[in-house]
Amino acid sequence: MRAPSEQDVAAGEVLLSVENVSLAFGGVKAISGVSLDIRRGEIRAIIGPNGAGKTSMLNIINGFYQPQHGRIAFKGRERSRMRPYDAAHGGIARTFQNVALFKGMTALDNIMVGRTLKMRRGMLWQLLRVGPAVREEVEHRRQVEEIIDFLKIQSIRKVPVGKLPYGLQKRVELGRALAMEPDLLLLDEPMAGMNLEEKEDMSRFILDVNEHYGTTVALIEHDIGVVMDLSDRVMVLDHGVKIADGTPDEVQSNQAVIDAYLGVAH
Amino acid sequence: MLYREAGQFKTSYIADEAIFPIAQDRWFVIGLIVFAFLGVPLFAGQYLYTEILIPVLILSIAAIGLNILTGYCGQLSLGSGGFMAVGAYAAYNLALRLPGTNIILVFLFAGFMAMLVGILFGLPSLRIKGFYLAVATLASQFFLEWCFARVKWFTNYTPSGSVAVNRIDLFGYPIDTPGKTYILVLAITVVLALAAKNLVRGWIGRMWMAMRDMDIAAEIIGIRPLHAKLSAFAVSSFYIGVAGALWAFLRLGSWEPLAFDVNRSFQVLFMIIIGGLGTILGSFLGAAFIVLLPILLNQLPSWLGIPISTAMISHIEFMLFGAMIVLFLIAEPHGLARLWAIAKEKLRLWPFPY
Amino acid sequence: MEALGPVLETLIGGLLTGVLYALVALGFVLIFKASGVFNFAQGAMVLFAALSFARLAEFMPLIVAFALAVVIMIALAYAIELLVLRHLVNQEGIILFMATLGIAYFLEGFGQTVWGSDIYKINLGLPTNPIFILESVFPGGLLIDPAELIAAVICAVMVLGLAIFFQVTRVGRALRAVADDHQAAQSVGIPLDYIWLMVWAVAGLVALVAGMMWGAKLGVQFSLSLVALKALPVLILGGFTSIPGAIVGGLIIGASEKLAEVFLAPVLVRTFDLAGGGIENWFAYVLALLFLLVRPQGLFGERIIERV
Repeated sequence: MRAPSEQDVAAGEVLLSVENVSLAFGGVKAISGVSLDIRRGEIRAIIGPNGAGKTSMLNIINGFYQPQHGRIAFKGRERSRMRPYDAAHGGIARTFQNVALFKGMTALDNIMVGRTLKMRRGMLWQLLRVGPAVREEVEHRRQVEEIIDFLKIQSIRKVPVGKLPYGLQKRVELGRALAMEPDLLLLDEPMAGMNLEEKEDMSRFILDVNEHYGTTVALIEHDIGVVMDLSDRVMVLDHGVKIADGTPDEVQSNQAVIDAYLGVAH
Repeated sequence: MLYREAGQFKTSYIADEAIFPIAQDRWFVIGLIVFAFLGVPLFAGQYLYTEILIPVLILSIAAIGLNILTGYCGQLSLGSGGFMAVGAYAAYNLALRLPGTNIILVFLFAGFMAMLVGILFGLPSLRIKGFYLAVATLASQFFLEWCFARVKWFTNYTPSGSVAVNRIDLFGYPIDTPGKTYILVLAITVVLALAAKNLVRGWIGRMWMAMRDMDIAAEIIGIRPLHAKLSAFAVSSFYIGVAGALWAFLRLGSWEPLAFDVNRSFQVLFMIIIGGLGTILGSFLGAAFIVLLPILLNQLPSWLGIPISTAMISHIEFMLFGAMIVLFLIAEPHGLARLWAIAKEKLRLWPFPY
Repeated sequence: MEALGPVLETLIGGLLTGVLYALVALGFVLIFKASGVFNFAQGAMVLFAALSFARLAEFMPLIVAFALAVVIMIALAYAIELLVLRHLVNQEGIILFMATLGIAYFLEGFGQTVWGSDIYKINLGLPTNPIFILESVFPGGLLIDPAELIAAVICAVMVLGLAIFFQVTRVGRALRAVADDHQAAQSVGIPLDYIWLMVWAVAGLVALVAGMMWGAKLGVQFSLSLVALKALPVLILGGFTSIPGAIVGGLIIGASEKLAEVFLAPVLVRTFDLAGGGIENWFAYVLALLFLLVRPQGLFGERIIERV
């Protein structure tokens, strides 16, 4: 894993491209004709008022919803009817608004589960748990401990996640996503419900992940300050339609965005 | 003072992931196993073997099986009885039609057949969840029960519907006393329990638990629901099938399909609820509880000095089981295994109060 | 035309049985609708109610026995709410389900401890001479058991009454709110304890009527609770939350089961050289299973949309 170079981001090798997708549930149109591209190595933000379709956008990207119209291409290859586990194996990881951790397991185990798609030794090896199986387990444990160090959650690794405070749960969830060694990391409101200090920590982690591991990040976030500081490019959704797309400065001064979402500073 | 971890530093991940990371635990369990093999035969009599030890061990295997499916993977199953029957009748038919087959192979075959049936009846779990799945497993239970009662080939066309097996031998060595049966069952149980424990502390166990806790999130991190659920059904049914064959051959000797009816399914379920869902230890504790309680109740009339009819005893048994289930679910949903863990926690701090 | 005779006769018999299944299933639906709890103890409640009524009726007039049985079922509901439900308010569904499993076992043991475990008869004074209908169409006419017919009518009336109750009254609406979300309902001031008590009491009443009908038909004995297990496939077909679904499900299960036993079983016995029929034991369940594969939420159940 190496950090992306300036050329990567600027030259824009497109990692994910979503073209003209529409998604409707019954009669409700969640997304109408939205196109989005994410370049390798960048931090891309998706913002907009509640109900704009931001989470639905992420859900489409990782295969949870299938759009009725439009095309999606990931790493240059077009995909159709992808299931979430295909997305995972393809290199897409995500976190959730409401922290989808496995409440019955410890923090360590939750992150270890993220390594599942990398595990090779099958049932028979697991039953015997000798030699290669143990070595594999230890190797993955080593990787996971690196992530634990990175996120500074060493002290809580054996705690059942249900008992952790919200902020730490979010960190564990990030760890679990990182354990998948994804090419594209989707974060759904990673800072929701956090205080200032926690937000600063999380921002640093996201930046580190992007710079140190080279992971492309797409995030949904309501804290505009955070979005403007972190992101390379921002897309604004409103009522399922894209109303702006560009650098943070461009978007911040866009009249339509101000009217719909940002408001005017007094 | 006795139960301290201080000074025990785990210097490697392997040590941290051992089954018993604390040295005292390790010695206790090793000691227990040694005692079970060498110490018990010194004083145990027939009653202890046939009425307590052997049933508890065999039912523990079934409980481990159901725990894997329901406790670790979260797929509620009321079909354990039917799978035990598959194991029992598979073993019976193999021993009957290929006499002289090594008994270990017979038991393995039983597990394997149960595994196949388990995978088949596990397929619906891909579409069906929760209570609906429980009802679907009842379909497998009633259907299998009916099969072994009606399809005459399975019971070798006996007019009575019940079958019997002869005393078995292991590589030519006859297993003809309760003591020898006990050692054989104990060995099988230890091997299977160790294998199960290995399985659940590796990535497969974590995968199952992830399916249990939040199957949607599990899918999103790359777990294929098909693989996770069917593997759970497969391993679980294997264990339950082996337990069924052991129960039939080494505990009953002769049996009819009724031995594996829906009440048996509930019995195994109760074992893992009371013992502790999602723990291997709990499977043993629950099995011991379920086996010992009726025995204690049967002694009740003589202790109290009042005559109580056997029918009444069985009614009281039902009441007690029911009450205990409710009690455990309210007070300690994680069963006896959690109580044991809490006791150990207290022991770690003893004699200090906090 | 003549060949249809036995088919129709079996069909009618099956439909009548189906109404009785529907009544048992109704108890499940009530409790599930109002508290989200899958009450596995419904079967045991049917048995307990039937036992109480049967034994009481041995030495007092039927009406009095009935009234007393109702009181007993209400007291039972109160005890369940007080001792069990209240302590499990925010637990997951599977825990509540297993608690009802425990209640079921307890009730079965308790009922037989208190009332005894012989087979008891319930004599409701229903006419027993078979009625023959459509004698002009089919030679000899189609045989209908009048007791079953009356039982079916009583059940239908109850079902209808409960359906109206749920839709129209304020209490009914409150019950529906509770089923959707316990905490939300509490926060708008709906008294959870009281609601649950009511619902379990009504379910108890339903169990009593079902117990009386089934008991009159089969005699009151332990296997009555197994009959109640048969209500599960009914619930699968009809959905767990739908009263009309319980009716339709019951009818379908009752009819298909009877038809299968009478017409399919002999074929199977001949083809596979089986030791007798008895596919009634599993036919309903397998039917439900196949149904679930096609429509995992049942005929009338709500489509579960997973949201993340």
